[in-house]
Amino acid sequence: MTFFFLSSGLFLGWSLGANDAANVFGSAVGTRMVSFKRAAIIASIFVVLGAVIQGAGATHTLGKLGMVSAIGGAFTVALSAALTVYWMTKYKVPVSTSQAIVGAIIGWNFYNGLPTDVTVLSKIISTWIMGPILGAVFAIILYYIQHVYFKIVGIHLLKQDAYIRFALLLVGAFGSFSLGANNIANVMGVFVSSAPEHYLNFGLFKLSGVQQLFLLGGIAIAIGIFTYSKRVMDTVGGGLMQLSSKSAIITVLSHSLVLFIFSSTGLSNFVQSLGLPPIPLVPVSSSQVIVGSILGLGLLKGGYNINYKLLGGISLGWIATPVIAGVLSFFALFFVNNVFLIPVSSENGNNTIKNKIFNRNSHKIKNNTKLLDSASIDSIKKDSVNSFKESTRIESVNDFNDKKEYFKKLIIKSGNKDKNISKYFNLAILIGIIAIIVFLISRWLNSIYRRNKLILSKNAQILEAQKALAEIETKYHLLENKQIEDKLNYKNKELTTMALNLIEKNNFLELLKSKIEEIKLETNDSAIIKKLNNLYLLISQNQNLENDRQAFQMHVDELNKDFFYKLNSIYPNLSKNEKRLCVYLRLKMSSKEIAALTNISPKSVEMSRYRLRKKMNLGHDEQLDKVLQNL
Amino acid sequence: MFFKKTKSTIRDIDEFLNTIDQGILVFKEGVKYYLENDDDNFSKNLEKLYKLEAKADTIVLKIRNEFFEHSLIPQYSADVVSLLDHLDDIIDTAKENLFQYDVEVPDIPKKLNSEFSKLTDVSCAAAEAVIPAVRSFFNNPSSIKDNEHRVYFYEKETDVLASDLKRKIFKDTKHLKLSQKIHLRYFTLHIEQISDRAEDAARILSALAIKTKD
Repeated sequence: MTFFFLSSGLFLGWSLGANDAANVFGSAVGTRMVSFKRAAIIASIFVVLGAVIQGAGATHTLGKLGMVSAIGGAFTVALSAALTVYWMTKYKVPVSTSQAIVGAIIGWNFYNGLPTDVTVLSKIISTWIMGPILGAVFAIILYYIQHVYFKIVGIHLLKQDAYIRFALLLVGAFGSFSLGANNIANVMGVFVSSAPEHYLNFGLFKLSGVQQLFLLGGIAIAIGIFTYSKRVMDTVGGGLMQLSSKSAIITVLSHSLVLFIFSSTGLSNFVQSLGLPPIPLVPVSSSQVIVGSILGLGLLKGGYNINYKLLGGISLGWIATPVIAGVLSFFALFFVNNVFLIPVSSENGNNTIKNKIFNRNSHKIKNNTKLLDSASIDSIKKDSVNSFKESTRIESVNDFNDKKEYFKKLIIKSGNKDKNISKYFNLAILIGIIAIIVFLISRWLNSIYRRNKLILSKNAQILEAQKALAEIETKYHLLENKQIEDKLNYKNKELTTMALNLIEKNNFLELLKSKIEEIKLETNDSAIIKKLNNLYLLISQNQNLENDRQAFQMHVDELNKDFFYKLNSIYPNLSKNEKRLCVYLRLKMSSKEIAALTNISPKSVEMSRYRLRKKMNLGHDEQLDKVLQNL
Repeated sequence: MFFKKTKSTIRDIDEFLNTIDQGILVFKEGVKYYLENDDDNFSKNLEKLYKLEAKADTIVLKIRNEFFEHSLIPQYSADVVSLLDHLDDIIDTAKENLFQYDVEVPDIPKKLNSEFSKLTDVSCAAAEAVIPAVRSFFNNPSSIKDNEHRVYFYEKETDVLASDLKRKIFKDTKHLKLSQKIHLRYFTLHIEQISDRAEDAARILSALAIKTKD
């Protein structure tokens, strides 16, 4: 049964783990600096350690605000806080577990008619304001320290990355410890009065009843981290401000420091020993502190990157959370106390409806007994005044017995009537609850319907966008194809130019040779003729275009790989020279040009063309160069 | 655990940058040997450049794998890998150019030798300037500006020199055939491409410098 009552606290712990672990490791996981698995393992271990070792300080302060003295009350208070956190998270309103639990405790105080300690409340509220401010101040100081350090040391970017990764793990572990130490009060603080009194001996160490409770809460937080925090962590990066990995360290470290300060008993005692006022040990909102830290960094950089709309939403959440939790707690306590007849506090433990009915009935019985007594006295007086005969006295005694019997019946009737009233009251409440459940279900179904409708319309939009995207992609591909085609044309032109260059060179040398022949015919000087012969020989040697040709053909082969591939697949029986001829024809070169390039006569080129046509099985009406162009 | 992989990646990046740097030097020398008709040394340089280009490709692939496998500097990894790819493009272009010299054997008139040589030097200077800029990005991002402005300067100089050379080819060398002139123009374009690739890398570097600035 106790475990059932603890379930609301465990649910709150789960919510806390799901939401607040993102404050510690969100940036690291969101930016892929640390894997989620590693982050979850470290966070879980250190949250549990923080809760068990240092969780008592903040719990004590929360206890001062309102010591929820019955486990039923603690269950209801924790459940109200948990539901507030759950609903607000569901509707994406920034929420703080600390504020929710404080609101719920105040609701409990109201319900039980107990005064709320204003000093403690103001202390808590002041830390809510101080937490983010302190977070911002720490963030600014740490930023300057980090900036100066990296400037002086000048570490390689990759080494810096490795150090940051390691630092994120260390700071994350510290942050998780502080989160466990400070926020376990939110989860298990209200159950402290119901903690077991016996110690649990693990051999190396012992756990007190409260520590056992905190261990359980810590495990609930760890489950929350493992099961739900990933999706929160994945989205936290793009929230209030885009964070770099360096900024992530600063924000997490300043957040951890603030949480540590507000939960460390040792630090508070140390400050006190210096003659300073003690640090209030209060559960502060982890989310608020991290927001303060990010805000501090944002303001330091000119405040351009801050998402002020989201900031407004967060501020609204700060006010709304305790109010909603308080109201919810008040009504939940009423239901639990009056419908389920579970005591919600030790003071009003007897004030359950059962006891109220019992008291009311006792009171009525007393009244009726008095009435009965007075009735008997009256009748005796009446009888004494009118006591004429013994028989008359006997008669009056009989009358008295009748009356007594009558009043007894009246008492029973009155009791039954009260029972009936109680029944009607319970029935009314039951109907009320059913009506609320029906209303909530209808709202829920309505929201599902709306959501589905929204999803359908969004899907339609996505489809439209995909269509548009597909069109753009098609256009892009067409453009890309055109670019490739242009590039190919350019290359082919380059190739043609090179070929023409070779031909021109050849022609020029031929011209020179014919001129030499002419000069030889016109002169009889043997010395000049000898020199002209040498020159003729030199030109002939230089005219050997084999090297140029090889280079050119290599280039042709390189550029027309695709064309050769296609040619091979359609006409596999073509020789290498025929394939090259195909390329020249594709480049729209004349037979004369091809002849010069391949060092054969134009007639041979014509013959090669004829043979090629035959091999390709072309009809009379088909033009060879067009077939090759279209290939 | 964190530092072992980091050290090896840093070594790879350094080796990659050295390879690119050496590739640019080899290309520059290769062009000079071509202009001086020193076929033996030209062939040696071409072979050397082939090897350096292949080495650069292997290293860049290794670095890319390391970046994505171990999610190193995840926020900028895509940009850094793109930067390295652009640096790899420089050596690819250099190799392609020298190969074209070997294959097409452009007939460069002697009087244009000095212009071609100067164009090659300036274009390579842009590529050479991008290497220290990249090194400074990794070691001290705030000093990128000290180096990257040189890249833009040399790239512009290359454009000016290439325009002058093209004008000279088409106007001052009347003894050349049009086809020969067009052939030479292609080679000025090819040389210009090296500084263009360097400029592309410098642009990515500038964007990275802004992104990494806190």
